[in-house]
Amino acid sequence: MTHLLQGTGAFALTFIERMGRAFMFLLSALSGVPAALLRGRLLVQQTFAVGVMTVLIVVVAGLFVGMVLALQGYYTLVNFGGESLLGLLVGLSLVRELGPVLAALLFAGRAGSALTAEIGLMKATDQLAAMEMMAVDPMRRVIAPRLLAGIISMPILAALFSAVGVFGGYLVGVVQLGVDDGQYWSSMQNGIDVYDDILNGMIKSVVFGFVVTWVAVFEGYDAEPTSEGVSRATTRTVVAASLAVLALDYLLTALMFGA
Amino acid sequence: MSSESLVELTGIHFGFTKNLLYKNVDMTIPRGRVTVVLGPSGCGKSTLLGLIGGRLRPAKGEIFFDGERVNPRKRAALYGLRKKMGMLFQHNALLTDLNVFDNLAFALREHTDLPERLIRHLILIKLHMVGLRGARDLMPHDLSGGMARRVALARAVVTDPQLVMYDEPFTGLDPIAMGIILRLIRELNNALGLTSVIVTHDITEGLDIADYAYLLGNGGVIARGTPDELRNNDSELVQQFLQGLPDGPVAYHYPAAAYEQDLRNNL
Repeated sequence: MTHLLQGTGAFALTFIERMGRAFMFLLSALSGVPAALLRGRLLVQQTFAVGVMTVLIVVVAGLFVGMVLALQGYYTLVNFGGESLLGLLVGLSLVRELGPVLAALLFAGRAGSALTAEIGLMKATDQLAAMEMMAVDPMRRVIAPRLLAGIISMPILAALFSAVGVFGGYLVGVVQLGVDDGQYWSSMQNGIDVYDDILNGMIKSVVFGFVVTWVAVFEGYDAEPTSEGVSRATTRTVVAASLAVLALDYLLTALMFGA
Repeated sequence: MSSESLVELTGIHFGFTKNLLYKNVDMTIPRGRVTVVLGPSGCGKSTLLGLIGGRLRPAKGEIFFDGERVNPRKRAALYGLRKKMGMLFQHNALLTDLNVFDNLAFALREHTDLPERLIRHLILIKLHMVGLRGARDLMPHDLSGGMARRVALARAVVTDPQLVMYDEPFTGLDPIAMGIILRLIRELNNALGLTSVIVTHDITEGLDIADYAYLLGNGGVIARGTPDELRNNDSELVQQFLQGLPDGPVAYHYPAAAYEQDLRNNL
């Protein structure tokens, strides 16, 4: 019993201490954001590395998710003669939930892990220390541009995921299963609200982008400077960022659409 | 602080754990000279460079660089001081996503508004000094160990700092590359009017190049003086280190129970 209490206490202390470090790190990184905003070239480079390099996986995943949604939705709706609402089902599911959430999970796996590994290896090979000794603040030069790039990229990737998903739904619903073309698009147009649905979905993706990138850069910066340390940090990034996305999705959905 | 010394450490206490690496250590780095810091592994040689550069903070004591206090100091002021320092890391720490030229240009582009043409000239001068002007387009992973060390050396002096710190500059080099690095450190120090601090456990090379030397260990400075003064030091501890004797004041065996008792316990 004593061991259990000790273990729980030690875990809680470590967790609180780590959260404290993560918040201090975030404050320090945010202080570098204004400077990073003025360095357009650096920001474009990082947005390319973080965002553009994730496009392929997001497009492919979005296409298949849209196709599956249409297939499942059609076989359910057709029982009630409601297949004309297939476009609304696909569109709403993607824009409100699946687009932001799945794009964020893919982003955590592809870009988040790459960010952690890159920064962790920079730490392990003394590149961050070398920058410090060259009087270049790694928070401004390395962390802040990557944080910004993640926040910029995520809503675009989520929008892309949803758009390609809608197209995938169209391919299955209209082209393969014979749902009326006009009904597919008009049900979507009538049922999806720009502010309630699309804007809220975008807000979600901005929050997810911020959290995933924060976790990724913090884990890299805080990694033990060994190959095992970087490996563990990369794993932690994917696990922690994915869980954070799912938990935040519930909270944001409850706030936006009512629990 | 005397004008003859560039760096002064007074009453330094420092440790990564409760066991202190430094207990009330005083050191002075003379201006314009090559100072070599020797000592066994784990005695805190590299830590000294971390303290001078302000990357580590002592628990007690004061560190002055060029008359200015290094600790405690706000980040911006500390970074201002570091602009007067250069450092060569043990594993070179070249930025792996930049080629040789851009590695050298990095600090110049970050800290100055110099036109790109002038930056190019400055870098070519430094690369020529280390014999690698022709390697400017290579990436760090294309360089041999000796070449990477020379690039790191050129990067350490590219901003013409007052102080250059070398962390184990001779480790992992073949005899030719080591000879080149030794010559470069001495020539750069004299030609650019630098002050150099070399942390190493390579005794022969270290004492060959040194104007002044420190031997660290047991939580402090064991011996200090010119290379000849160190070589002629009577201390058993100094001689054990300089001659590389496996046993002596620094015990060969890590503290443990009696051998026989340990073997019996395992049964």
